[in-house]
Amino acid sequence: MSAVRDQSPAGAPPDAAAAAAIPDVRLVDVTKRFDDVVAVDSLSLEIPRGSFFALLGPSGCGKTTTLRMIGGFEEPTEGAIFLGDRPVTGLPPYRRDVNTVFQSYALFPHLNVRDNVAFGLRRKGVKGKDAVGPVKEMLHIVGLEGLEGRKPRQLSGGQQQRVALARALVNSPRVLLLDEPLGALDLKLRKQMQLELKAIQHDIEITFVHVTHDQEEAMTMADQIAVMNGGRIEQLGTPTELYETPNTAFVAGFLGVSNLIPGMVASEGTVQLRRGPLVHVSPEVIRGRSGDVAVGIRPEKIELGDGQQNVLSGRVVESAYVGVATQYIVETPCGRITVYVQNARAGSEAAPVGSALTLSWSPEATFVVDSTEEEPA
Amino acid sequence: MSAVAVRARPRRNAAASIWAGVRYHVLTVYSALFFLYLLLPIAVVILFSFNHPTGKFNYTWQGFTWDNWRYWNGVPGLQSAITLSLEIAILASIVATVLGTLIALALVRYGFRGRGATNILIFLPLSTPEIVLGASLLTLFLNLNVVFGFWTILIAHIMFCISFAVVTVKARLVGFDRHLEEAAMDLGANEWVTFQRVTLPLIAPAILSALLLCFAISVDDFVVTYFNSGSSITFPLFVWGAARIGAPPQVNVIGTAIFTIATIAMVTNVLIQNRRARTAAAAF
Ligand SMILES: Nc1ncnc2c1ncn2[C@@H]1O[C@H](COP(=O)(O)OP(=O)(O)O)[C@@H](O)[C@H]1O
Ligand SMILES: [Mg+2]
Repeated sequence: MSAVRDQSPAGAPPDAAAAAAIPDVRLVDVTKRFDDVVAVDSLSLEIPRGSFFALLGPSGCGKTTTLRMIGGFEEPTEGAIFLGDRPVTGLPPYRRDVNTVFQSYALFPHLNVRDNVAFGLRRKGVKGKDAVGPVKEMLHIVGLEGLEGRKPRQLSGGQQQRVALARALVNSPRVLLLDEPLGALDLKLRKQMQLELKAIQHDIEITFVHVTHDQEEAMTMADQIAVMNGGRIEQLGTPTELYETPNTAFVAGFLGVSNLIPGMVASEGTVQLRRGPLVHVSPEVIRGRSGDVAVGIRPEKIELGDGQQNVLSGRVVESAYVGVATQYIVETPCGRITVYVQNARAGSEAAPVGSALTLSWSPEATFVVDSTEEEPA
Repeated sequence: MSAVAVRARPRRNAAASIWAGVRYHVLTVYSALFFLYLLLPIAVVILFSFNHPTGKFNYTWQGFTWDNWRYWNGVPGLQSAITLSLEIAILASIVATVLGTLIALALVRYGFRGRGATNILIFLPLSTPEIVLGASLLTLFLNLNVVFGFWTILIAHIMFCISFAVVTVKARLVGFDRHLEEAAMDLGANEWVTFQRVTLPLIAPAILSALLLCFAISVDDFVVTYFNSGSSITFPLFVWGAARIGAPPQVNVIGTAIFTIATIAMVTNVLIQNRRARTAAAAF
């Protein structure tokens, strides 16, 4: 796991470094079965203190179930969950130092904004006027001053979302869980809230665990992303790591567009394409694989011409001008390759359909994933 | 082209408004007739509570008097019948609503063995003819050698009220967002506090409806009560008995009073709802 950003609060005890080393959330071999459905499949995970952590994956891959097990709304069938160094498996939600922003917001319809936000403080025994200060401050942070007296149904979706956030954060939990919190907002508001959430997390230094199926959202906000598929973590890393060197075809395909070309590992730094030339890759991305693999290249990392070490030729079958770039589909012996070429210079002519093109890319821009083809029967 | 369209529009509007006017008045007339049909019998009941009958029968108008209202309990047995009916109705509706709410919670919230069967059994009293219900209960009580009276009536009323309470509260719980309770627990409320602070306030309207419904059903039940009352006399039994020998106008007085109270309660409810809807709309 990569280095944790140093966010230990000022005035922390001397062994703050040691405390920061303990992950805020730790799942050990957690499995959750619903009857015969395995929602989460022996998943292990450590979420470093103070990080903005995203669980990313397609619908039904077990993100919500994972989050609900951390929050205490579901108990794992097998495995253990720790918050800091405290095992919490079996504890009800009200005995866990985490708070949740629900996808549906789940604001109490019979309480106004002030009482919604104060709900957690009241349960902690904060009496009367003592709750006013923290509530006011939190409403300021989320930008909802002046709406204290409104009922949830008198708020817009975006405002409700902010109340849900304030209601959770006012309790200063160890970890904040967010289940697709922006899912119900329109695109513009969603973009804005992504940045705001990120800024709030940075200011208050609470660990955020953010569930989403939107790769762009995860990349924008998270320090670390766990890509989930079928109840398991496919790959965990920073957005850059996941994008530049995806480990599996699933990750490569889920985060953006990539070209995958079947081949076979030839040496420590080369892969022989099935119906093409030998390509050079950096030895790290092979990760000890041998035999059938697939070589991956992002469309924007491919150049026209033979300026780079790995070269492939083909014929243009489709060409689309999309303003900032021109998108080509090139038919090569290895299959169709998607290429994005930036329109950096004015007036550059696009290669016409049917013309021959030479494509090249550097070994550093190349990644390797397990073979995407079915095992031969 | 556009000029034609502009000129054509007023004519279409005029036609539309005439048609709307016709429809408006048809609806008015229809509604008036409908309400007349509904309200005429009630009007007669109210009117005859001021009648001054000369004989035993309160069926022909003899003259106006306040006496029936002033001496509303002037008929032997009437006051005790009303008292008994109110006692039974209050107790039965409270017990049935509490039990019904708990049953509804169990049925909606928990999967348990026999949930499907319970769901069907709850509906049975609603669909069984009352006369069958009353007669079977009579048989049961007879076999158990129970003394008929207050307690048998109460048990019978609780029995058929529970179904109504369950159905009413269940309807509200089915649309209840479970995440609300999870949110409460997430914010530090244990199960009991969650129930008190979130569940109960949110299903309170349904509980109140159930209470009123049970009260209304209990207070005017005749068939089941008739089978299981022994020598006790509730208000409906009194009216029935009195009607055979000539119902006194005081029966109309009680009927009018009940109607008035119910109407006031209903109008108040509607006004409150409207006010709420208006403040909600105004806040935007
Ligand atoms: N309460 C439940 N009962 C039965 N199956 C469930 C339940 N909750 C989730 N599942 C199943 O578990 C899988 C993972 O669901 P979920 O965690 O909600 O996925 P995600 O949030 O990634 O979309 C799905 O196949 C879903 O149908
Ligand atoms: Mg989900």
